[in-house]
Amino acid sequence: MTFIYFIAGLLAASCFMCLYRIGHGPTASDRSVAIDIFGTVVVGFVCLSAILLRKDFYINLAIAWALVSFIGTLALSKHLEGRKFDE
Amino acid sequence: MSSNMIVGYIFVTVGAIFDFFGCIGLVRLPDVYNRLQAATKCVTLGTIFILVGTAVATADPAIAIKAVLCAIFVLITSPTGAHALARGSYISGVKLWEKSVADKFKDRAEEIKSQVGEAR
Repeated sequence: MTFIYFIAGLLAASCFMCLYRIGHGPTASDRSVAIDIFGTVVVGFVCLSAILLRKDFYINLAIAWALVSFIGTLALSKHLEGRKFDE
Repeated sequence: MSSNMIVGYIFVTVGAIFDFFGCIGLVRLPDVYNRLQAATKCVTLGTIFILVGTAVATADPAIAIKAVLCAIFVLITSPTGAHALARGSYISGVKLWEKSVADKFKDRAEEIKSQVGEAR
């Protein structure tokens, strides 16, 4: 089971690289891309909790996180495109 | 440790390594479009590997069915979001890297920009 902690460390390093890009991104598009990727990495992170703790509701969290991240990405891209949200 | 756990851990390890390399691409590559391409492909595949590995390693139907559903969902939505982001960042006026060799979206982007300008 200690092996799972090594995998979690790898994913945490990925999350911190996304946070670096969110902080230092030169344009708003860089930050939006990093937020999108961060959401997808966190889905994998929640799945590691499901393996480690053997509770099935963590997968529900993963599905909900993927949904919310997708909607957020679409909203950000529409904002970048210069359109209103209801067009 | 049973055999399905070993196979599942192999899947999870491969997925985590894909995620890691995708995020290295997110930090190291020169412009928005390169970053988007590298990070989206690697991280989508890596997360799908982690979800399939979860389904195999736990061998619990309540987890496995939902993990496979979530994998299909990520497979559909992540490229869609990346496509929308690339289109939005081009129309918002982010320049390509100076060593890029092709720009086939230029004329269509001008049309879209003029339409958005009329709508305002």
